[in-house]
Formats: sequence, structure tokens, C-alpha cells
Amino acid sequence: MSAPAPLLEVDDMRVSFATEDGLVRAVDGVSFSVAPGEVVAIVGESGSGKSVTAMTLMGLTRGPNARIEGRATFAGTELLAASERELERIRGASMAMVFQDPMSSLNPVYRIGHQIVEQIRTHDSAVSKSQAMAQAVELMERVGIPRARERLRSYPHEFSGGMRQRVMIAMALSCSPKLLIADEPTTALDVTIQAQILEELRTLREQTGAGIILVTHDLAVVADIADRVVVMYSGRVVEQGTLDELFYDPLHPYTWGLLGSITRVDRDRSQRLPAIPGLPPSLLNTPKGCHFRPRCAHAFGKCIEDPPFSASVSDRPEHLDRCWLELEQKRKLRVVGDQIGLASPEPVIS
Amino acid sequence: MSGDAATPEDPQAVAGVPVPGTMAPGANGSALMEIEHLRVLFPLKQGLIIDRTIGHVHAVDDVSFTLHEGETLGIVGESGCGKTTLIRTLVRLIQPTAGVIRFRGNDITKASRRRLEPVRREMQMVFQDPQASLNPRKRVNQIIRTPLRLRGVAKNRTDAETQALLTKVGLQAEHTNRFPHEFSGGQRQRIGIARALAIDPKLILLDEPVSALDVSIQAQVINLLGELQDEFHLSYIFVAHDLSVVRHVSDRIAVMYLGKLMEVSPAEELYDKPIHPYTSALLSAIPIPDPAENRARERPLVVGEPPNPINPPSGCRFHTRCPRAKDICVQVEPQLTEYAGGHLAACHFPQNVTAEEIAAASRSEGSPLSAGSDAPSARLS
Repeated sequence: MSAPAPLLEVDDMRVSFATEDGLVRAVDGVSFSVAPGEVVAIVGESGSGKSVTAMTLMGLTRGPNARIEGRATFAGTELLAASERELERIRGASMAMVFQDPMSSLNPVYRIGHQIVEQIRTHDSAVSKSQAMAQAVELMERVGIPRARERLRSYPHEFSGGMRQRVMIAMALSCSPKLLIADEPTTALDVTIQAQILEELRTLREQTGAGIILVTHDLAVVADIADRVVVMYSGRVVEQGTLDELFYDPLHPYTWGLLGSITRVDRDRSQRLPAIPGLPPSLLNTPKGCHFRPRCAHAFGKCIEDPPFSASVSDRPEHLDRCWLELEQKRKLRVVGDQIGLASPEPVIS
Repeated sequence: MSGDAATPEDPQAVAGVPVPGTMAPGANGSALMEIEHLRVLFPLKQGLIIDRTIGHVHAVDDVSFTLHEGETLGIVGESGCGKTTLIRTLVRLIQPTAGVIRFRGNDITKASRRRLEPVRREMQMVFQDPQASLNPRKRVNQIIRTPLRLRGVAKNRTDAETQALLTKVGLQAEHTNRFPHEFSGGQRQRIGIARALAIDPKLILLDEPVSALDVSIQAQVINLLGELQDEFHLSYIFVAHDLSVVRHVSDRIAVMYLGKLMEVSPAEELYDKPIHPYTSALLSAIPIPDPAENRARERPLVVGEPPNPINPPSGCRFHTRCPRAKDICVQVEPQLTEYAGGHLAACHFPQNVTAEEIAAASRSEGSPLSAGSDAPSARLS
């Protein structure tokens, strides 16, 4: 996908937090881009830095003990260096975010209608209250909330989880954003409702041409909706490429492990899942060299040095990974039985 | 453990309970647990001074099934379908409104606490949230020591036993002096499993045991559960909303919707040929982690959300969202029909079965008492 000029370009972003226990390097050099109309998924486990990446782009991680470095250019604005006032103008208007937990991200003491109207009028004071109300009804109908006019007067607790998430999406859409950041938008929802919400996101992308960053731990959701995938581990991007490259020609052992770990309804029930041994490292004390080394069955001497984030396949300059293994080795080692996975139960202990 | 308090003990029912361990006459040797027409209704109260019951939440509504020894039964359904209430009722953490629960042939539906104690030693529960289900003020060895002592393990043996159990669930013996907060989510779930194992149970009821865990850790815990089942000849009831996880671990799967059983089937068959439209709807909603298959798949989306369990729909409870619903589905509750291979489904218009299979099917004994008498074969033309 060497599509039009990117909407968002993140270049070597680093976020660290000073804590009592030491410096936490939550995001350690992340670069990726999002084109208009493109869905980029950021995948990783808890603590991989995927949510911090998303929140930093929205300017939500700023604080006295946070250190943010690198560049993130969105439609001509340098997000990481922007003043709070500049950010306020962008945030909610041309760039919006949907959070994981729709209950705690809506204000429980205000009616739904009030909260949507407030957002519309904050960004465009020329809109009258009744116009904004009409827009709110339209938005709620667009995201599939039945009886929208009545439900304007409801409070968040009167909505189910799926409906609350629709309200969040309606609010995010209220100013026709060019970029939507969705942080685990379906994790708290049932599968049937998840399918409906993903459908809404697809429609949004088609109708408005907005770019979407989808932060998730669920590879099945990724396979369903993403165009490109960024795999994060311990604060770093370990692999990125198109959806098909990631699923059919994954080049980093951590990606193999992730793909191997998932239970699938369309596959024979094998006796054991090829799980990744051990636990992710603490961000206070990341391993030297490749962060995945202590859990990797294929680690060797060179892995004590930082691997470069580079293309392994010569005709695919955009498919990048951070691993010292040679391409042929990778393609051989990732096959476990008849599927992709991380082999060997004995990891090298650092 | 509370929940019994709501109903006063029935002395006659207690007297009727045989000593656990002795098999009641006529009980099937391989059946570990039998549930017949189990109902759990939660009253809705209103009024400040005088509590009036204004309705009931139909959490579990006339559910019957049998769990065989050594089997893993998966229970799936959307949130609010009653799956958690069901398994909590099986260990009598919640008092059933009606129906019978038999464990090894013994009726434990109304057994007193004292009578239940030996039964509860044979069945243990592992909860969804490992953080909330471990006492934060106790060390791991204290958490595991209590069930060990209950089992009658001598005091001087408990430390060795605790360490052996921890090793068995993949933790290290030196973890025994730590507090729960010093562990990751996956490790805490392992402690929960070790605690359940400590009493040497025959049946473990697992309530969403992996849904709070990361994928790579999920796989580790699923593998662990499989190994333990082989080693200790355990039976599992595995409740989850994730159909792909349930398929991986289960021998048979029960699909619940609004307190009712919709379908019960051998695991593979449920995914290959779902008979109930609700099961198909659930299956088509799960994304498959394979881009090409996702693109190729036809996925009819189920519309809307589950109705309110306080006032559930008449007839078939799924009719408000079902693409195949006809008049009869609104009027008559479908019976649970048994098709070939022990595949049960409660639907007037079954799919993925031939006319011959429908004609050969029979009404299951586990049909709800309120179900209509006409079988799907009545609609064959």
C-alpha cells in the first residue's frame, strides 16, 4: 500500500515515565504511518506500549514525569511539540479517540444528548443548540442506535455496553475526524455486538475516508478489519507490514508465537497450543539487545546486540522486522507441525 | 460461601440425601452430575417499607443436562445468558428456585451445608478474575494450605504438598511466600487452579478462566488445564464467551441464550453443522484470524441485542433476532429435540439436518416443561 501522502507520520517516538522504581520506557522508538482511508492495527500484549502510543498521539500522556521524544506529524501539525491550545483544536475535531471502556469514558451525570452536543459546539460555536441536537440524532442513527431522538435524554447507565460504545463512536464522529484512534473498542463487548461495531468502523472508513488506528490484542479482529499491522513487544515495534504479509509471511519469532497461541474455530483441535514460554519483561529492566531474546527459542549469540528494524525481503521495502535471523532461517524455523508457531519449549534463559 | 441463607433448610430433603460416595441405585455409572429442569429466578423488589416482588429475572430457566466423568462440557453464550449463574448454582453458591441437581446420583439440591461439605470437596471452582478471587492479605502457602488441611493432609506435610502443587501448575516452589499482588495475571490464575486442585477434586467448574489473560498466556493456561485433566482424571465445566477457546477445550458444548439451552452438541459438530440459528449467528460473528478466510466468508450479522431477561420473549426466546422466525416461534416454545449423535437443539426450523434426520429425531427428556408438544418433524412437508 504505497497510497497517497500519509495522514499521520510517526517517526522514532519515545515515551518514558519517571517512577519511584526507575525509568519506565513505555514506548521505545516507534515509527509508522497512516494513510487516509487506511486501517492500521497496533497489536501487542498488555504492557507492550500500544495504548501509550495511541494516547501520546492524542497528547494524553503529557505530564511532569513523562518524557516524550521523536516526531508525529498529523496534517501538517507536529503533535508531540504542539501547545495545549493547538492540541485542543485538533483533538476531538480532526482527530478523535474511542476508548476501551465505554462506561468510564462517558460522564454518568449528564444525558447522552448533552454530551454529544457539547462536543459539537465546543469545536464550532456557530452551531446553535437545536442544530447540534439535530446533528446528534443524525449521528446516533448513523451508528445504529434505535429511537435516537428519545435516547438523547437517556443517561449512560441506561445504555448497554454495546450501545455506550456506539455513543462513543457517534461522539468521535461528530466533527468528521480525519483520523480515528480506537483503543480496544470491542474488547468489553460480546461477539455479536463486536461484529456490529466493526461493521460501523468499516462503514465510517468507506463513507468519510478517515484513517483509523485500531489498538487491539485480538488478532482475529485485526484479520477482520486491518489493512496494515504494527506488532509491538516491550515498547518496540518488532514487525510491521500489510495484513497478508503479517499473517502469511511473518518474519519475527514473536509474531509466530502470537499466531500460534490463538485458538481457532476453523482449525483441527491440536493437543497443545504452541504457547510462548515465560512472561514479557518488565519495562523497568528490559533485556539487553533484542527484547524478546529471553523467551525466544531461536535466540543466538548475536541477539545480545540490538537488531536493526529493517526489511528482510528485498522486493518488500515496507515489510519491516527486528530480528537477526536470515530470511531462509526464519521461513524454516517458524513452521511448527503444519502451522506457524514458536517452536521449542526450552527458552534460552538470559 | 453464602446463598443458602435465602431458603430455610428442608429437614426432609436433608434426610433423603444418601451418604456421598455411595451410588444411588439406578444411577448411570458414568454420569458425574445430572441437572434436571433447573430454574434460578431472582426476584425484583420495589418499595421502601414493604418489599413487593414486581417481577423476576429469568437467569436460568429450565435447563437440563448430564455431565459424564472425565468429560469437558463447554457452556457458551452472550453476557447475561445465565451461564455464570448456572455454574454457581451447581456448587450451590446460589440456591435454585426449582429443579434437581444430582452429584454421583445423590440429590444435592437442598442438602444442608454440613451434607454439602463432602460434595464440595469433589467440586471446585476457578473464577474469571484471579485478582479478586485470591485474598490479597494471604501468602500463597496460606491460600493453598487451607484446602490441604481440609483434605486431611498432615501439618508437617503441607509445605511439601504446597510446593509440589505450585510446580505442577508451572510456578516455582520459592513463590510460596509471596502475596498475590506479586504475580502477573496468568500466574495468579495458576494459583487459583492450584488452590482448586489442593483438595483433590473430581470436577472443576471454570468461569471464564482465561478471558482476562493475554493470548500467549491464555495458550499456556489452556495447555495446563489439559495436562491436569489427564493426570488427575478431572471433569471440567468450562464457561466462556469465546467460542474458539471453548471449542479447543471441550468434548461437548452447550449454547445458552436468555436462560435457556439452545443447543447441546459434540464440540466439532457444533462448528461444522450448527442446528440452531442462534449458534450460527454466534459463529458467524467470530472473526477468524486468517485474512483470506475472513474475506471469503459470508457473514450474516445478527441484529440488535439480547432482550431483557426480566420479561423474556414468548415462544422461542431467540425469535426477536432470528432470521428464520415464523408465527409458531412467537407462540410455542420449541422442545429440545435429540438428533443423531446426541446433538440436541431447541428450534422449530432446524438447519443443517436432512428431512430423514428430522423425522428420526425425538423429544429429549431435557425439554423444558413449558415447551410445546409438536416436534420439528410436524413441519416436514
